[in-house]
Amino acid sequence: MTSPYPFAAIFGVLIVALTIAAGLIWLERRLLALFQDRYGPNRAGPFGLLQVLADMIKIFLKEDWIPPFADRTVFVLAPAVIVVAVLLSFAVLPIAPGIIVSDLNIGLLWVLAMSSLGVYSIVLGGWASDNKYSLLGAMRASAQMLSYEVFMGLSLMGVVLLAGSFDLVHIVEAQRHLWFVIPQFLGFVLFLIAGLAETRRIPFDLPEAESELIAGFHSEYSGMKFGMFFVGEYLGVVLISSLITVLFFGGWLGPLLPPLLWFFIKMFAFICFFILVRASLPRPRFDQLMAWAWKIMLPLALANLMVTGAVVLAWGK
Amino acid sequence: MAAGANASLVKDGIQTLWVPREEVHEKLRGLKSEYRMLYDLTAIDERDRVHREGEPESDFTAVYHLYSFDRNEYIRIKTPLAESALSLDSITDIWPAADWYEREVWDMFGIQFSGHPHLQRILMPRTWVGHPLRKDHPARATEMGPFQLSEEKEEREQEALRFRPEEWGFERSHDDSDFIFLNLGPQHPGTHGVLRIVLQLDGEAIVHAVPEIGFHHRGAEKMGERQSWHTYIPYTDRVDYLGGVMNNLAYLTALEKLAGVPIPPRAQTIRVMLAELFRIISHLVWYGTFAQDLGQMSPVFYTFNDRERAFGIIEAVCGARMHPNWFRLGGVAQDLPRGWDKLFLDFIDYFPPKLAEYDREVLRNKIFQKRTKGVGVLTTEQAIEWGLTGPNLRACGLEWDFRKKQPYSGYENFEFDIPTGTHGDCYDRAVVRVEEMRQSLRIIEQCVRNMPEGPYKSLHPLATPPLKEHTMEDIETLITHFLGVSWGPVIPPGEALGAIEATKGNNGYYLVSDGSTVSYRTRIRTPSFAHMQALPLQVRGRMIPDLLAVLGAMDFVLADIDR
Repeated sequence: MTSPYPFAAIFGVLIVALTIAAGLIWLERRLLALFQDRYGPNRAGPFGLLQVLADMIKIFLKEDWIPPFADRTVFVLAPAVIVVAVLLSFAVLPIAPGIIVSDLNIGLLWVLAMSSLGVYSIVLGGWASDNKYSLLGAMRASAQMLSYEVFMGLSLMGVVLLAGSFDLVHIVEAQRHLWFVIPQFLGFVLFLIAGLAETRRIPFDLPEAESELIAGFHSEYSGMKFGMFFVGEYLGVVLISSLITVLFFGGWLGPLLPPLLWFFIKMFAFICFFILVRASLPRPRFDQLMAWAWKIMLPLALANLMVTGAVVLAWGK
Repeated sequence: MAAGANASLVKDGIQTLWVPREEVHEKLRGLKSEYRMLYDLTAIDERDRVHREGEPESDFTAVYHLYSFDRNEYIRIKTPLAESALSLDSITDIWPAADWYEREVWDMFGIQFSGHPHLQRILMPRTWVGHPLRKDHPARATEMGPFQLSEEKEEREQEALRFRPEEWGFERSHDDSDFIFLNLGPQHPGTHGVLRIVLQLDGEAIVHAVPEIGFHHRGAEKMGERQSWHTYIPYTDRVDYLGGVMNNLAYLTALEKLAGVPIPPRAQTIRVMLAELFRIISHLVWYGTFAQDLGQMSPVFYTFNDRERAFGIIEAVCGARMHPNWFRLGGVAQDLPRGWDKLFLDFIDYFPPKLAEYDREVLRNKIFQKRTKGVGVLTTEQAIEWGLTGPNLRACGLEWDFRKKQPYSGYENFEFDIPTGTHGDCYDRAVVRVEEMRQSLRIIEQCVRNMPEGPYKSLHPLATPPLKEHTMEDIETLITHFLGVSWGPVIPPGEALGAIEATKGNNGYYLVSDGSTVSYRTRIRTPSFAHMQALPLQVRGRMIPDLLAVLGAMDFVLADIDR
């Protein structure tokens, strides 16, 4: 069941996703400022909203610098990979009934596959920069992604079992009576943490870790190429928030208000939560992060999957 | 001539021994069992000095200050050196902490230390010609001809900064893997200033760390020989630039011993009150930035807001904020303004709930604890061996605070506790500092409630600038005032060490007067210098994030290291 107007859907999703990602630059700065007893950008336009525009003009006009020692091709390619990978994930995201680019029956797998591609961007960018800090950042990124993606996928299998489908539209429809966050609370918490790690934000910003690695994998990037990493991160936040909405909080389902509005309300609630987390937590050490993933999160995800499987088997469908 | 302390020149009551250079190594080794801390090591260029009655002949004098925790006293060992034979036996085999001090003496005076493992310049660039603290070295750039940076010179300077592992005895590879040599700094968000740490890395694990200092060196000690005793006060503000008037206090403690000026009780209490407020201000900066070093974004904004409030008080009292330049020889610059007590009392009400909030946010945060507990552990023995003082020493469990042990400025009249840790790790250092802020608040409250009446500056003729109101009474007072303001005071010949418990540890000024309006030698012993030297000890075998945790917990200021 693909949208009747494929091009309209593609452009619609593209524009909305990119606009929200850009708007997040403003939202995050304002919210962080609110949490931190300061003003944030409030000069350009009403509530400082035009700050986004100013930032974009600035970043477009910056010198497009490629360090002479870098591997040119890979260096240029790397930032594009993350944006493309995340945008492709949006293709299978059901925003409201009928508003979806492509209703794949393996939608969830598609999302997981695409988000795994994102890490190539970081690793390649860090490697091509030929900078020790970037290299350390890239090394951290690959280890971190490896450990977090394992239980990220596993944490979602409970939802798949309950819905009986990888199709995201089916998963939403299956929550008509009960949001999956209730039977799959553990799965939700695990996915939330994995999602944070996937977007490489505090407390999982180890590949970047400005107080340790300056800017980690993107130390050498500037101008629009840096902007791509930046937008890629925000797109990631939007994607993970949307996924949480779709998988655990009934997507567009909700009383009274139109479905589209419900979807965005839920999504923005999670975006704000992500920003709050960023304002609150310190950063664990690399080895602690890894130990946590393998020794605590992975067993929990496996236990969750087995219990859910047993329950589904026992009660039947 | 082993003994021969000169009572007339030593004004601080510290036992002073002259030991010939052949014997000094043995003498110091013998003293170590009693005097366990090498407090300071410096030198004096004696060639221009006039008043040396009773002292042995010498062109340069090496000065060792040791400190005994058992006796709670310092001892000063001086070794005369002739210009023709400027060398000494290194004592790095007795105190490893002598390493940097001996390098500094070599750098500044050109005195050789035989047996030193790495006698290189430490504060000046390696390409520097001459030894700055010698009397024949120019003190101002204008005396050195116009500065030009040609391309060749730039390249030469950059080449001199290149790190060569072999020089430090490091291997470039081990078994089948190469080490990474990483320049952390001098431009790095985690180093809080221009500090370079060269890391030998095996993956992310630190095999060796070599701190490189001197990028912030501004010749504060040399300037002490140029400014008058009075006009040097603003320069002290900028040594530990987070400590404000605390620096004035350390300098004046030494200077007032030389001048023999008694301080009226009101002035003493004002000094204590402002110094303790600056302790809070300095600790607030440390608190926020430490959390930020560990990746926590927000606390730095909260603590800087509180610091802003405290600066509001400082501003109302002194008119300036970070560098108030407020204490004077004999007292303070002016009396407290009307309504001062309300400002302090408001802050005393405001601050404790905030501290409780930060406890919840930072100290009790599980990730914070995981990052700091068991990281950068030092034992009390190591801490003493490496000259650590202040909160970093107390975190090891030794209750040692110079405000209690050797009270100055009337600290003996106040009730406060000395917080200590037990493990000597980064977490305990944090806990000690946070608790110190509460204790400082207690001291401030006692100051506010019991502020003595009376003059804010001494009536002693050397008090500078002299109180104006008596100048019109007779011509002698007028002349004294005129000279004190125009030339500045003439301090009688002698030497004195004034050491206080500053924000970061023991900050001492060792001043030598030759009976003139300027200091003959100004030695600034700073806590951060000793603390930074102990860094490699704490991070070997750990990971880069631990290095940042140790740096953050150390609470150093680059200007306090480099002066």
